[in-house]
This record gives sequence, structure tokens and C-alpha cells, in this order.
Amino acid sequence: MYLLAFAPYVVVSIISDLAQVIVTDFYNRWESYFGNTLMLSIIWLVAILFSQYRQQKAAEKERIKRQKEDEINRAIAIRKVELEELVAERTAEITKQKEELEQTLSELKATQTQLIQSEKMASLGELTAGIAHEIQNPLNFVNNFSEISTELLDELKEEMQKGNSEETEAITNDLKQNLEKIIHHGKRADGIVKAMLQHSRSSSGTKEPTDINALADEYLRLAYHGLRAKDKSFNATLKTDFDDAISKIDVVPQEIGRVVLNLLTNAFYAVSEKKKQLAKNLPAEESQKEQSPYTPTVLISTKKLNGKVEIKISDNGKGISEAEVEKIFQPFYTTKPSGKGTGLGLSMSYEIVTKEHGGQLKVENNEGEGVTFTVILPV
Amino acid sequence: MKAKVLHLLSFCRFKNRKDMNILVVDDEKDIQPLFEQRFRKEIKNGEINFVFAYSGEEALECLQDYKHEAVLILSDINMPGMSGFELLDKIKQKNHKPPPVVMMITAYGDDENYKQAMQLGADDFLTKPVDFADLKEKIKNING
Repeated sequence: MYLLAFAPYVVVSIISDLAQVIVTDFYNRWESYFGNTLMLSIIWLVAILFSQYRQQKAAEKERIKRQKEDEINRAIAIRKVELEELVAERTAEITKQKEELEQTLSELKATQTQLIQSEKMASLGELTAGIAHEIQNPLNFVNNFSEISTELLDELKEEMQKGNSEETEAITNDLKQNLEKIIHHGKRADGIVKAMLQHSRSSSGTKEPTDINALADEYLRLAYHGLRAKDKSFNATLKTDFDDAISKIDVVPQEIGRVVLNLLTNAFYAVSEKKKQLAKNLPAEESQKEQSPYTPTVLISTKKLNGKVEIKISDNGKGISEAEVEKIFQPFYTTKPSGKGTGLGLSMSYEIVTKEHGGQLKVENNEGEGVTFTVILPV
Repeated sequence: MKAKVLHLLSFCRFKNRKDMNILVVDDEKDIQPLFEQRFRKEIKNGEINFVFAYSGEEALECLQDYKHEAVLILSDINMPGMSGFELLDKIKQKNHKPPPVVMMITAYGDDENYKQAMQLGADDFLTKPVDFADLKEKIKNING
């Protein structure tokens, strides 16, 4: 580069000096040309050097720019690594939180299952006394009729020996009747034990043709005797109104049994509370009067509707307020004092009726007093 | 309703005033064939006449219409509607003369039930399952 810049000047200077020495005449004659050429070479030199300088400066600028860019890139790279670390950290944190939440959720689900199971067991506990009573009665009949039949057989032998055909026939008729009674009461006890087992067992969830009237009647007795055994002062008039036109319908019997039992237990609770309340409000003499003005009554009725079956459970108890009606099917909502109710009964019943059976569970205040719950099941 | 009452009345009628009339009150309907067979001989010989009522209310109606005839009343305690205790209380307050002997029969033979029965004036307290040999003995004593 420098060669290109200085070469013309050097060449022109040498030629001009040589010309001055060797051909002085020629030089003197053309001196102005030599001068001009020298001048031109100097201008050339300056121009080249200037452009050189300019190029160098631009290159420098470029280098600095590149250096800056490099620095920025490096900084970005560092930041990127930092960010990635941060992201990894956060991700780990979130994953951990998510796992914790999942753990909590599964624990909650397990607890819920346990609660439902304990609710089932609690309602079974309420039934225990009723079940014992309900089994004791048929067993007594089985024992008694068996004993009598043994005695009757001895009598039968005697009469046969006497040849008393009239008496023989009467006794055999009695024997037949007794055996039928034994079968009947044996089956009754069997049914109660089965119902109890079904009630405590986790539901198999299979629907089977079920006699709704028999189921309602069975749970009515169980609920009544259960409460009666726990609270001696409790008493209520039970009314039943079963529609015989209902044929067997497909339901999960233990689930619907659970619903009926729950509604009945609530009804009995409501009437006994009302009775207690009235007894408290009335002076002692009044309440001891022969005719108490209030008769706790629980009615269970069934009805065949178009493509549906309706089970109604009414009481003349203390009733519920409009505000309570709104919340009554919510889990853990209870109007009972603490320790008396889990608040799961009605929400469970609601699930069973609506979700598992595609039916409806309705509640309404009776005109005057008490509450009616209506279970509507599709046939 | 009217038909039911008529049925009840015919049903409540004691056959023979000379017999010892026993009113059995229990919501279990099979109590009737049970007693009838347990006391087969006594019924056949005309010593005892049984009448059955399936609720406290029915029992009261029986007693109202044929007051002095029941000598012995055997009543269950746990019945839907009117309980055996209420029935006992009402019978004892009516002051029949001579007062009928009232024996309470229950599946719950606990102290509380026993005390309440005695307090209300029960003459005896039996627990289920009924010991019929024992019951026969007690009935003989009343007769004697």
C-alpha cells in the first residue's frame, strides 16, 4: 500500500533529479512539467495515504463494533445460561408443588372415601339395635314354632295310635302351618342379615330388579326400632301407603336402601326434636295430660307414575327454613348439633339418586308443618 | 273405617265369659298362632280364651267395649304408634274393677324398661323369648 503511495513520488523524483544532472537542457526546458508531475505524485501520495487512513479508521470502527457485538453476545449467553438455570429451578419448584398437590388431592380423596365408609358404618351403627330387635323377633318365632311342632308330633303319634283321624288331620294342618311360619320367619331374619351386609358393604353398583315396597318397609322397621332402642322415650306413628301396582324396578338395592334409611332417620329425628321442644315449652302438668296434642308421625308412600316410581317420606316434625332448603344437599351441611350428624347423608343420597339412578330428589316444606322428601326413580 | 271397627268388634269378642280371658297385644301378627298352639290344650279344654290386638289402640278399643272381661293383659312394649307403656298407663288409670293383671313383654329386658313398667303399675315383666312353661305357671297362679 505504502509502495503504491510512495512509488510515483520516488520514481518522479529520481527521474527529475537524473534529468537535472544528465540532460540539464532538456530538464530546464521541461522543468515546469517535471514540477507538475512531482506535484501530482505528491497529491497522489496524499490521496492514497488519506484513503489509507480512512480505510484503516473504518476497519477500526468495524473491529470495535464487532468487539462490542461479541461482548453483547457473550453477555447474552451468560444471561441465557442464568435464565436457563432459573427456569430449571422454577420448573423443579412447580413440579414439586404439583406433586405435593397431587399427593394432597389423593389424600383428600382417600379421606373422602373413608368418610363415606364411616358414614355408612355410622348409619349401620344406628341400625344395630334395630337389627338385633328385628332378628330377635323372627328367631323367637322360629324357635317357638319348632318347639311346638316337636310337641305336636308326639301328640300326632298318640292320636294316630288312637286312630282319631279328625284330630290327626287337625294336627298335621297345624304342623304344616308351623313349618310355613318357620320358613317365613327364617327368611325374614335372612333378609335382615342380608340387608345389613349389603348396607355395610361397598356398593357393587349393579342394578337388579328390586321390590321397592318391600325395601321401603324393611328399612322403615329397621330405622324405627334402631331409634327406639337408643331412645326409650321416642315413639312415632308410622304410616305406610304402598302402591301395589309397582312391579320390580332396576336399582342398586343397597344404595336406594341407604337413601330411604337416611331420609327416614332424618324424619324420625325431626319429629322427636319437635316433641322434645313442645315438652319443654309446655308446663309439666300440661304435657302429662292424657291426650298430647302432638302425635309424631312419619309417612312413607310409594306411587307408580308414568314411567317413574315415586317414594315419598313425610314427617310432621319441626320443618326446615327456606335458607336451609338451599344448602341441605351440600356435603357437610347439617342442621343437627355437632356430633349428631356428619352432614354427608343427604349429599350422598342426592348423588345416589341423581347420578347413579338418573332420578330426582326433591324437598318441600309441608303446608302447616314438617317436611316431605320425594325420590323419583325412572323405571 | 266403619268396616274396620266392625271387624275389630267381632274380633275382640270373648267367646265365653266363664273362661279366663287373656288379651295379648303385639304388633307381630304371628303371635296369635304361636299362643294358640302353645296353649292348645288349655284352649281346647276351655280353660283359657285368647283375644289378640295388634296395637295399643286396638287393645284399648277391645277393652272399652268389653271392659271387665279381660283378666290378664299381656302386652309388648315396642309397638308402632301407642307403645306398651302408654297402653299400660291408660289401663291402670281407668280403674277397672277388679283391675286386670298386666304383664309387659319386651325384647329389651334392661333396667330402664323394667323400672318404667313397674312405675306405671305393671304386675309382671317378661322378656322375649317368652318362657311359656313359666308363663303357664304364672297364669295358674292368677287363676288360683
